[in-house]
Amino acid sequence: MSDSLPPADLHGHLQALRPTLLRLAQLQLRNAAWAEDAVSETMLAALEGASRFAGQSQLKTWVVGILKHKVLDQLRLRQREVAYDTDDDGEVLEDLIFVPDGHFRTMPQTWDAPAHALQQRQFFEVLEACMDALPGQIGRVFLMREWLELDTDAICQELRISSTNVWTMLHRARMRLRECLQLNWFGTPAT
Amino acid sequence: MPATQLVRNPCNVNYPFRRTCREVAALILAREDRALDFPERLAVRIHFLVCKACPNFAQEVAVMRSALDGWKNYRNHDEA
Repeated sequence: MSDSLPPADLHGHLQALRPTLLRLAQLQLRNAAWAEDAVSETMLAALEGASRFAGQSQLKTWVVGILKHKVLDQLRLRQREVAYDTDDDGEVLEDLIFVPDGHFRTMPQTWDAPAHALQQRQFFEVLEACMDALPGQIGRVFLMREWLELDTDAICQELRISSTNVWTMLHRARMRLRECLQLNWFGTPAT
Repeated sequence: MPATQLVRNPCNVNYPFRRTCREVAALILAREDRALDFPERLAVRIHFLVCKACPNFAQEVAVMRSALDGWKNYRNHDEA
């Protein structure tokens, strides 16, 4: 054992990371019980594998890496339940954004990225709330792409859906996310 | 075609690779997940020459891209 952190210390550090881990697991899995399972397994694996964490990376980076695997395990385990979660909202949003001849109903504005750290932190909260507001399966697919960093082929295989289906869901996710950010962040005057 | 539509759309002429904003916006979003083929890239470039809305839309999508990268970094590594 060549721990860089004494066991008691490691335990404390892991506990401190728990809320973040739960938040990420919930965002990806969209189910509180599954998220709990993934986080518990992550904590166990981190404690057991502590000898392999030789301080070469930040503790958090290492633990979140484990969480990603555990979350993917949960997705595989719950594959059948996940597959039934079809929430096709059709083209409703698109019909609000575009007029029938295909033009934008309202002119898109350009956005200014949040400038300083505090603003950025608040912005990430809004961004997360917007991702959380995505419908179940669309949200899962979007997080698999953006957080688990899987390519569309891998997402197809994991969820056993067609690539057309994945592209449609990613399209809708991005469209919704843009609307949500416009409404809740970029649309409001800067403070 | 109703007259109002003619007024709103100043370029009712057809030209090669013509796409509507709705179609071009879809391509701009698709770029985030796959490489566009040559005709698609060309269609976007031509459309950008005659459209003010879609370049703005593309700018928003670019800000969204870097925001997601920043968020990922914050949640996976940075934040205590």
